[in-house]
Order: sequence, then C-alpha cells, then structure tokens
Amino acid sequence: MSTNLRNILLFAIMGALLIAVGVIQSANVALAIFNLCLISAIMTLGVNIQWGYAGLFNAGVMGFAALGGLAAVLVSFPPVPEAWAVGGFRAMLGVVTGAISIFLGIIAFRKFPGSRRIRGWGAAGVALSGIVLMRFVLDPAVEVIEAVEPARTGFLGGLGLPIVFSWIAGGAFAALAAWGIGKIALGLRSDYLAIATLGISEIIIYFLKNEDWLARGVKNVNGLPRPVPYEIELQKTLWVQELAAQLDFNVIELSSIIVKLSYAGLFIVVLVIVFWLSERALKSPWGRMMRAIRDNEVAASAMGKDVTWRHLQVFVLGSAVIGLAGAMLTTLDGIFTPASYQPLRFTFLIWVMVIVGGSGNNLGSILGGFTIWFFWIEAEPIGLALIELLTSGMGEDSALRLHLIENAAHTRLATMGVVLLLVLRFSPRGLIPEREK
Amino acid sequence: MTDILNALVLLGNFVLVPGLAYGSQLALGALGVTMIYAVLRFSNFAHGETMSFGAMITILATWWLQDKGVTFGVLPTALLALPVGIIATVGICLVLDRVVYRYYRREKANPVTYLIVSVGILFVLSGLVRFIIGPQDRVFADGERFIMKARVFKQMTGLDQGLAIKTTQGVTVVTAVVIVALIFWFLNRTRTGKSMRAYSDNEDLALLSGINPARVVAITWVIAGALAAIAGTLYGLDKGYKPFTYLGLVLPIFASAIVGGVGNPLGAIAGGFVVAFSELLLTFAYKRVIAYLTPGDWIPEGLVQLLSTDYKLAVSFVILVIVLLVKPTGMFSGKTL
Repeated sequence: MSTNLRNILLFAIMGALLIAVGVIQSANVALAIFNLCLISAIMTLGVNIQWGYAGLFNAGVMGFAALGGLAAVLVSFPPVPEAWAVGGFRAMLGVVTGAISIFLGIIAFRKFPGSRRIRGWGAAGVALSGIVLMRFVLDPAVEVIEAVEPARTGFLGGLGLPIVFSWIAGGAFAALAAWGIGKIALGLRSDYLAIATLGISEIIIYFLKNEDWLARGVKNVNGLPRPVPYEIELQKTLWVQELAAQLDFNVIELSSIIVKLSYAGLFIVVLVIVFWLSERALKSPWGRMMRAIRDNEVAASAMGKDVTWRHLQVFVLGSAVIGLAGAMLTTLDGIFTPASYQPLRFTFLIWVMVIVGGSGNNLGSILGGFTIWFFWIEAEPIGLALIELLTSGMGEDSALRLHLIENAAHTRLATMGVVLLLVLRFSPRGLIPEREK
Repeated sequence: MTDILNALVLLGNFVLVPGLAYGSQLALGALGVTMIYAVLRFSNFAHGETMSFGAMITILATWWLQDKGVTFGVLPTALLALPVGIIATVGICLVLDRVVYRYYRREKANPVTYLIVSVGILFVLSGLVRFIIGPQDRVFADGERFIMKARVFKQMTGLDQGLAIKTTQGVTVVTAVVIVALIFWFLNRTRTGKSMRAYSDNEDLALLSGINPARVVAITWVIAGALAAIAGTLYGLDKGYKPFTYLGLVLPIFASAIVGGVGNPLGAIAGGFVVAFSELLLTFAYKRVIAYLTPGDWIPEGLVQLLSTDYKLAVSFVILVIVLLVKPTGMFSGKTL
C-alpha cells in the first residue's frame, strides 16, 4: 500500500470515528470534539516544529498555551476605564521599570569589566535593585486597580479589539517568552532543557494565577467576546428557523451546531495555513539544515551552521504556534481560567500526540492531535461502558463496583500512558513516519 | 535579650522546623532521582508519581490497620503500614523496569527517549493512583498531633512567641536521618553498594570486573522505589495526601538533585535543604522579626516579605536556573555515587 493511500485511510478512519460519535452521541458532541481536535493539531504542529525538526524537548507547552490565553484576554476584553484612571499609568510605569531593569542587567553582564563571576553578581545586583524599584512603583497601583469592583473587574481590562487579533498576539507573546527562555535554557543538555522548560511553564501559570491586576488571576475572566454569532441571536433569525423546519431539527440544537461549525471553519483556515507554512519550511533548505543539526550537531556546526542560533529560531517559531493555539483555545472557551492549566493535559498530552502521530511529520502531527484528543475525550464513556460490562456480574450496589464506576474517568490517564509506551516500543516512528529523504 | 530570643523562636517556628521537614522530604525524593540518574542515566519524570503510588499503598494499609484497631500509640499508624507501601512500590518499579525500561537499556536508547518513556510511566501511574484511591484529599495522620505545642513552649520559657513541632515533622526528620545513614552505609561499606558505585562510575570497567549489570539495575530500582515510597508517605503525612500535588513536586526534587550535582547522593541531600530553606526564607514575612530586633516600639509598615508566598515554587526553579547557568555540575561536582 502506498504511503498516500495509507494516510488517506488513517484520516478516513478518524473521520468515521467522529461521525460515529455524531450518530451515537450527538452532532454537537462530535463537533465539540472536532473543534478541540483542530486546536490540538495546531499545538502539536508547534511542538513538532521543535521536536521533529530540531530535536528540542520542550516540556513547557502549557506555559506558552497560557500566554496565548492571556493574549486573548488582553486583546479582546473591553478596557476598564475606572481601573486605568486610578492606577493605569502607574502600573504601566511599573511594567516599564521592570523591563528596563532586566535590560540593564543584561547590558551590565555584557559590558562590565572583570571575570564572568564578577559580571554575574553585578548584573544580578542591577536587575534585583531594578525589581525592588519596580515593586515600589507597581504595588500601590496594583492595590487600587484590584479594588475597582473586584467582583466584576478589578483589572485593567484589554484593548477591546476583535478577538481574532489575539491569535496573532498570542503567537507574539509566546514567541517573545520563548526568545527569553531560549536565551537562558537552550544549550543545556536535552534533559535539563526539559526540566527547565517544565519549570518555566509552572512559573508562567503561577504568575497568571497571582497577578490579578493583569487578568484577574484565579477569579478568571469570562464573557470574552466571540468571533462568531451567539446562539441566542441565531435562534431569532429567520433563516435559522426556516432551516430548522426544513431539516426537522430543534432550533436550539441547530443554532449551537452552526456556532460550532463557524468556529471549525475559522480553525480549519488557521490549521491549513500553519500546516502549509510548516511543510514549506520542512522542505526548504532551512528545513534540511534543521534536520542536519538534529541528526548530528557536531557535523552541522563543522559545516559552519550556527547551532545555538538555529535552535533559538526553531524554539521561538514552535512556541509561537503553540501560543496561537492557546489563544484559539481561550477564544473557543470564552473564558480564561489560569487554574485549568495542568501539565498533564497541556504539556504531556500534547507530547503523546506528537509521538503517536509521528515526530517529524506534519501530517502525522495533525493525525496524532486528532486521534489522541478523540480518545482523551471518548476514553471516559468507553471506559465507563467497559467497566459496567465487566462488573455487571457483581451486585447492583457492590462497593467495589460503585468505586470502579466512580473512578472510571481516570482510566484515560493510564490509557494514554499505555498508548504512548506501546507506540514508543513497537512503532517508535509513529502512525505516519517521517519521510526518508 | 528576650527580644532576640523571641525573634529566634519566631524564625525557628516558621522557617527552621518546617524547613527541616520539607528539606528532608525533598532530600529523600532527590536521592531517589539521583540514584536512578547515576546508574540508569536518565531523568525520571515519573518519580513524583512513584512517590504518590507509595503513599497511596501506605494509606490503604493504614486504613486496613486502623480498621483492625491497630495503632502505633503516639506515632502515626502510617509508619507501621510503611513497609507495605515500600514493598508494593519496589515491586511496581521492578515490574516497570522489566516490562518497559529494559528494552531501551538493551537498545542503548538516548536520554531523551528514556525521558519520553518516563512520561508514559507518569501517565500510567497517575491514572492508576487516581483510579484506585480517587483524586480527593486524604488526611491519614493519627496519633499525637504535636511533639511540642506552642502554648506549652510559651509556658515553659515565658517567651511571647511559641514554638510548635508537629509529630509528623519530627517523624519526617528522624526517618530521613535513619534512611540516609543506611544508604550511605550501604553504598560505602557493602560489597553490593561498592559494585553499584563502580558501575555508575565506569560501566565498561565494571562489566569487565565481573559485576552483574542486571543485579545492579535491580538494586537501584529497589532503593529508588523504597526512597520514593518513604518520601511520598512522609510528604503526605505532613501536608495531607492529594494525588495531583506529586506531579508538582517533581520540579523542586529535580532542582534539589541538580543543585547538589546530579548523580551525587550527598549533593541531593544538601540540595534538598538548600531548596527548602530558600523557599521559606524568601517568602517569609520578616515584619515581626524586625520589630523584635530593633529597639523601641517601631514596627515596619509592610510585611517585609521578599516574595509573596504564592511564588514559593518559583524559588526552586530560579535556583535551578542559576545553578544550571553558573555551575551546571552542581555544588558537589566531579563525584558521583
């Protein structure tokens, strides 16, 4: 069987599974899964750029996705004029002070005379005193901003722009963060890089949870504006009512399907663009160079390739794609909840998608994103059904049976682990392996 | 004079005692990570979940004991149940090594492959733990709650500040000291321990000298599993058992191991305390300490806190980054096992 046929078959199976869910459960459920599959696929493409092209292990996917979510809030939420009036200027001044102090610290490290150690201490001193100054400027502003109607706002709000712009902003946020992180952590040994990025993503989440003035922290920002119409409005329009009558559908269900389809349309456009760009990059001289660096760093650097710089490049690019997907996810949810970012779901699950799909192959990443997300969601009903079947012999109120049914949802974690281990062991190149050149 | 004593007791109560307990837990965790790194040469991301698994088995055994009416007097019953947890954790480590890791060892896989494999194990273990015991919080400490109550300390010394020592904190520190002593005795005095050190130092040379690699690997898992079960149980006793916190523990544990120099047991212990005390010292509000130490009735306006407590975990990471940048080999470089 040719590779193309095989790929088409794999995607067809995936489509059939989604349609099966549409028939058995409901079209709404299937579309909800489909939308998240699309976002997962984009996130997976981002990780694949880092891992598949360049062999960088980024365990900080969650942090970049959360920065994308933050971008969605900061771009789309209407500004809170009261908060800006009481503390906006001072807060901005504080942020600028912080940025300048870090910048001065870097300059100090570069320009100070003396050994590395002395320069390091000097730079740390400069940056730290700058941070202390920043807190003197920022803290009073934070206090007054958070006091503005804390139950409803208590933060500066955003720019009030259409939320679609935030997708670009999310990519930019993540890229900026990745540049800083890459400067520090790339060049570390592969497993240290993983630990470092894991730590940085945790810090980003802590930051988002605790800086209420920025995006309300654990109080969440809900009611983000949508790029697509609301169900309630759709239900009032004539064409939806007529369509519902024609198709013999419930108006409420139909409106919700239309909303999900509109989201899907937007996401598909983004996915196609990202996929096309990634493929172009992979096939370009740049892509060949990245693979050369991945396969043999020493040889590549002997050929005059600047390995560190190229790693930084690919790290920033991949993180930008993750940030984009993160912004899309928050757009779809319509709510930004920093507490919902868990490494298992946002970092390691994406990794399972990349590995299972086939590292180094963009089509594989998309398939991996679809398959794993599908089973992540559907493992719950399947697991429950399985356990009910297996325990049907026990008494209706047997304690063991009840316990197993209650905890059935957690089998999906173990399932993902087993899937990852099986793929690694028996098919380490994934569902759609990287093409040999 | 009493002011100075009060300030010291204040620091002791909020920094020294919790720092010693938390540092011991981290040190035991980091010791496990470092042993695996030294012998099997990979960073085990699943170590936190292994700790969680050990704690879970111990909790189940504790419940069974409590159900049978067995208690350990003033000490927590969990200590009696701990051997069960250790045996189960060692068992699962050996099974996972046989089923999963051995294949990659024979393939001579690179460290990143091991890392991804350990992520798979992390999923399996966390799913298993949540499936068996559920995601809820479990408090399983019983017996006497305090070794020293703040009120009693105040009465004894006549100071304004009290010093409270929880039983779990005392148990943690004592257990950690005993375990660490045992590990060092094993590594430095016994034949098996020495063969482990030789294997970690130079695999080929060790093989040439007739050391059985399978045995060394198995013993490493036995030690790492036992350490994980003990560390996990002690952490759960002290802070309450919640399955999801253990994934978060991986970070400070790795920070401890790396700060001390990965692969170095002494470093892991020192690293554990460095991380624990930095976290506490940087997030402690010095307001009342300064008030005691300065003459007169002056009290600082703010809390005099360097970092908000919310950023506790960030501290361990910042230390990690600094060490990786300045001295990637850690404090005790150049010496493994």
